[in-house]
Amino acid sequence: MQETTQQTQLDSPPSTPVIQLANVSKRYGFKTAVDHLNLTIYEGEVFGLLGPNGAGKTTTILMLLGLVEPTEGQAYVLGIDATRNPLKVKERVGYLPDDVGFYEDLTGRENLLLTARLNGLTEEEAAQAVDQLLKRVGLEAAADQKAGTYSRGMRQRLGLADTLIKRPKIIILDEPTLGIDPEGVRDFLALIRTLSQEEGITVLLSSHHLHQVQAICDRVGLFIDGRLLAVGTIADLAQKLFKDAPYQLKVEAEPLGDELLANLMQLPGIASAERISPTSVRLLARENNAPDIAETIFKNGSKLYALESSQFGLDEIYHRFFAGREGT
Amino acid sequence: MSRALSILLKKEIADHIHSWRFNILIALIALTATASMVTVAQTIRDVLSKAANQPFGETFVFLQMLTASNGRLPSFLAFVSFLAPLLGIAMTFDAISSERQKGTLLRLLAQPLYRDDIILAKWLSSLLVITVFFLALGFFVIGLGMFIFGLPPSFEEVLRIVVFLLVTALYVAVWMSLGVLFSLIFRQGATSVLALLAMWLTLTLFYPMIVDVIAPVKQSGTSEEILQSIAWHQGLSRLSPATLYDEATTTLLTPSVRALGPLSLEQLVGAIPAPLPFTESLLLIWPQIVGLIAMSVILFGLSFTLFMRQDIRSTRA
Repeated sequence: MQETTQQTQLDSPPSTPVIQLANVSKRYGFKTAVDHLNLTIYEGEVFGLLGPNGAGKTTTILMLLGLVEPTEGQAYVLGIDATRNPLKVKERVGYLPDDVGFYEDLTGRENLLLTARLNGLTEEEAAQAVDQLLKRVGLEAAADQKAGTYSRGMRQRLGLADTLIKRPKIIILDEPTLGIDPEGVRDFLALIRTLSQEEGITVLLSSHHLHQVQAICDRVGLFIDGRLLAVGTIADLAQKLFKDAPYQLKVEAEPLGDELLANLMQLPGIASAERISPTSVRLLARENNAPDIAETIFKNGSKLYALESSQFGLDEIYHRFFAGREGT
Repeated sequence: MSRALSILLKKEIADHIHSWRFNILIALIALTATASMVTVAQTIRDVLSKAANQPFGETFVFLQMLTASNGRLPSFLAFVSFLAPLLGIAMTFDAISSERQKGTLLRLLAQPLYRDDIILAKWLSSLLVITVFFLALGFFVIGLGMFIFGLPPSFEEVLRIVVFLLVTALYVAVWMSLGVLFSLIFRQGATSVLALLAMWLTLTLFYPMIVDVIAPVKQSGTSEEILQSIAWHQGLSRLSPATLYDEATTTLLTPSVRALGPLSLEQLVGAIPAPLPFTESLLLIWPQIVGLIAMSVILFGLSFTLFMRQDIRSTRA
């Protein structure tokens, strides 16, 4: 027991589970929103629940908060059964709904104070916590403006402060970056990352924006049609899902005849090739053998204009798993 | 009372007091009702000064001031009974739907509180605010009456007026329960308010006519047939909270009302044409009061169950 706590403090690998979903299903009539989901999230990690719209992400989150009752299975948060004892869970878990709303006639500060009171903080504690959090999310200047005047990005930051007021162990963010401009997204995600690192808060966030998730998540879960397809770090996923050819090389050369292409295909590690245009081709490879490719092209007497190598990221994962499915 | 409930209650009360909607309506009610009462009071004063030798205690001038009309404006009572439901509707028609639409409901539900706290806070806050408003209006009117007549109301008059005001608050509570229910059923505030206005017009204006058509009071036939037709007519009428309220308030403010049902000639023989004492009036309208309480509790219970079962997903589109 002591060993595990120590391991957690060392942060590698995290080992105390804080969220456990055991065989959870939710059906609305004939529609299955979540299908036998098993998922464990550990203390201190930033976990991304990733999937297209309507995949069942929000339903899963609401089950964790006891706001939706699972048809089958159990959801445990911090060891508490979320369905049976939602109040205890909600005392310790902050939740930022997608498209969060505030009382527009109250100022940002008053909105936060209300949440603080509802969470049992005394007036003094509340005032102090609200001040501190407003500073933290960069809203001190706008704190005494009515929340109705806030921009989308400001609302989202106020929402983050709102989830943090109860000093949560876990925060759950549903599509937190929806509708914010790219600059705002970067700041917002950096803020989440810092919070998780400095305060040791476990973060569960759902998104269909792959790049954003890629930037801050320790682990992601691919969630499609109510089922979890794969869980792991981004590198893990890429390796797991593209183990035959994790690298992609884009070659632009002239002339790029069939003979050269055949030569390239014979190089070790090249799995397949796909012609994009008469002068460019995309190669899938088991290893990054750009030097060999360059050499082959030179030997063939062709001119090399561009050679770009990349590892498979979420985009490719997305295309492989989401894009194909949306068509069906 | 739980901590969360009292916090939410405070917030809701503040919201009502600061809202344009509430202030416009209470101004409307206060102004029309006071205007009608003042004009009537002036006529009553003239009558009083001419018949100065009449003992005041028996005439209940303060009650007359609330129920009489000078022909140009409806009486204070008529104004209040017509407009009070509007107040209840205005305060609750979007109680839950607006929270849902603004995305605050889900945020609220993510705090450590029970769902019933939210709906109870909505209902109780409206009830508290309108009770205070009607009591204030009543005392203001009594004060004005003292100023115009130059004499204080009797204790019984004050008692009757206070109970009348509380019954009014109860009547509004029925409409508020209906408002909360509609705010759950309809996702759009506009739909909800239209449906409520339709209910209001139907119950206050058309329902009595409909009852007349369905169960007309027979003018001829055996006395038993006539009595039976009256029983049907009254029974159906009393399904409407407006009827219950009218009966209760008329009895309270007109002490000479002795019965709400039909009286036979035999029952009237030997009766002294004197006003009923307060407790007797109260006894007479007890069923009406219980009926109003039951209606608001049933309607609120319905909203309660509906809210507990409703999917809380935000439907902001």
